[in-house]
Amino acid sequence: MQKALLSFNPVAALGRLTISLVQEIGRIGLFFVRGLFHIVSVPLQFGKIIHQIYFIGAKSVLVICLTGAFTGMVLGLQGYYTLSKFGSEGFLGAAVALSLIRELGPVLTAIMIIARAGSAMTAEIGIMRISEQIDALKTMGINPVRFLVSPRLAAGLISFPLLTALFDVIGIFGGYVTGSILLGINSGIYFSRVESSVRMTDVNGGFTKAIVFSVVVITICCFQGYYTHTRKEGFGAKGVSLSTTSAVVISCVLVLIVDYIVTSFLL
Amino acid sequence: MNQPLIQFDNVNKRFGDHNVLKGVCLRVFKGEITTIIGKSGVGKSVLLKHIIGLMEPDSGQILFNGEPMAAMKRGERRRLERKFSYMFQGSALFDSMTVYENVALPLKEKSRLKEAEIEKRVLDKLEALDLLNIDEKYPSQLSGGMKKRVALARALITEPEIVLFDEPTTGLDPIRKNAVHGMISEYQKKFGFTGVVVSHEIPDIFYISQRVAMLEEGSIFAEGTPAEIQDSSDPVVQNFIHGLMAPDRETTGMESRKACEVHFLQERSRLNRHGTPFSVIVFTFDNIDELYEKTGHVGGQNVMNHFIDMLRARLRITDTCCRYGLNRVVAIMDGVDNESAGRLCHRLAQEMTGVHLAIAEPGSDKCFRISAGIADVKAEGNLEDAVTAAIYRAAGLYEFQVCE
Repeated sequence: MQKALLSFNPVAALGRLTISLVQEIGRIGLFFVRGLFHIVSVPLQFGKIIHQIYFIGAKSVLVICLTGAFTGMVLGLQGYYTLSKFGSEGFLGAAVALSLIRELGPVLTAIMIIARAGSAMTAEIGIMRISEQIDALKTMGINPVRFLVSPRLAAGLISFPLLTALFDVIGIFGGYVTGSILLGINSGIYFSRVESSVRMTDVNGGFTKAIVFSVVVITICCFQGYYTHTRKEGFGAKGVSLSTTSAVVISCVLVLIVDYIVTSFLL
Repeated sequence: MNQPLIQFDNVNKRFGDHNVLKGVCLRVFKGEITTIIGKSGVGKSVLLKHIIGLMEPDSGQILFNGEPMAAMKRGERRRLERKFSYMFQGSALFDSMTVYENVALPLKEKSRLKEAEIEKRVLDKLEALDLLNIDEKYPSQLSGGMKKRVALARALITEPEIVLFDEPTTGLDPIRKNAVHGMISEYQKKFGFTGVVVSHEIPDIFYISQRVAMLEEGSIFAEGTPAEIQDSSDPVVQNFIHGLMAPDRETTGMESRKACEVHFLQERSRLNRHGTPFSVIVFTFDNIDELYEKTGHVGGQNVMNHFIDMLRARLRITDTCCRYGLNRVVAIMDGVDNESAGRLCHRLAQEMTGVHLAIAEPGSDKCFRISAGIADVKAEGNLEDAVTAAIYRAAGLYEFQVCE
């Protein structure tokens, strides 16, 4: 034990950590490229993509509507009290719409999809891995990345922007409910402020974020499930549970980090 | 001998500190079924996974038709992998798909067949395996034995050139076990695939294999034809084989082929020394393939087992009755001359002709023919010679027609 402590070299440990981090990023990158390539490789997998759009997209509509509505409502409430201090309640529409479209819409949508579909994706692929179903695909000559990852990636690329748009619209109406109906701002002023303040670049920025987030979330969630068997700290069901936890935590944190990076490029 | 289809050349594989394969050299020939036997955890599945490329050797090489698989180009390797099919030990069925979707998946993904043709092939295969009513069920709703059969159907659906079976019958009841063996053998004859089977089902697996290899302590300990392995004087091989045969007798009520051979030699020496007669009767199920086709493999096995039960009820406790192949049963009766044996056959034929023998679908006109031959036992020669002699005399000697 003492010998082991004496031989501990912090520089070497840092080096090892860096190398393994770079390797992991490289593996994730290659995994994404393979997944992306097989979206367009023939024969196209329309049926599977539509099934995944249903799973990631359509089934998330309710949760997105709920979170969108309450986010908009709370923004309306907070915004009204803050703006009223300066006597500029009329700008509530602009404040709600811009904060939703530019920031909260893409981020909260991504986090809700991670919670609902991302975790399920990791668990499903992880269980397929530990019960040799992925090996079975390989023995049938079916490329597992093409079969499992590509349809999810394609569905994510389509669903994320659509769900983000839905979140924004419902959120703006949520702000209208608190601002106009409950607190008495003129509804015409609310919507005209929305219209005059939101520019196409804001909308495009929001969609860009949604697309980037979809790539991050789907790649991380699929990757964690796909390589469940390589985890050293847990095997079998335990491994799947650890993979699902890591997938959720890593993709949530990455969404926030990537959000900062993309925002700094867009501004 | 001709070039092996698959050859392991000094293959080593290590997992952490555990050296699983230590210089494995194995040959698998085209059109043959090669069985790998050995204790649990000795690395049989690992060996099989190396063939299909799910694992790569740490050192040594695997040759396909004399060409190292590791040196093949990606496209070439992919074309080769398409010839393989693998039946996993744990079935590895897709648990979110129905039985039908599971079996149809390889055809849907990898062939250009029309939906109707795929449906026909899948339903045919499910019917052959007695799985027709469960095609809409999910794997979690099935018993372990049913899962095995679904996995088998999925492995055979593409009519592959090389099929690797990882314990195809573990956990099945004796009837279904024999049905699966019968099916592997029948399809092997029909499609001529090369099979590699990992199995503990001794001695049954010997009847369908052309070669047997025993894996012990990470390398091939013994290799040869089933007869050579059974006759091996090596204590390790003998211990292993007999250790597995004893529980088998309890479940099927039949002695092993080895037990029959021992009994035969004892009786022959008594004949030589004291002139005590004994007789060997060989019952051959003539139209077993036809029967399988009509009643399914499980139905066919049921009929055979029913017949064997009736036969055993008419034998004495000192007589030995053993399975001598997929469609052959041998009875050795001591103190009985050929004339008395003939009378027994005659009586059996009279009693049984027309008897209903648990045929799978009542009301059909399925007939089941069994011919019984009596061997001309000589003072020399072994059981195999006696059986061969009996088969030749069997033609038209006693025929049992068991119909509805």
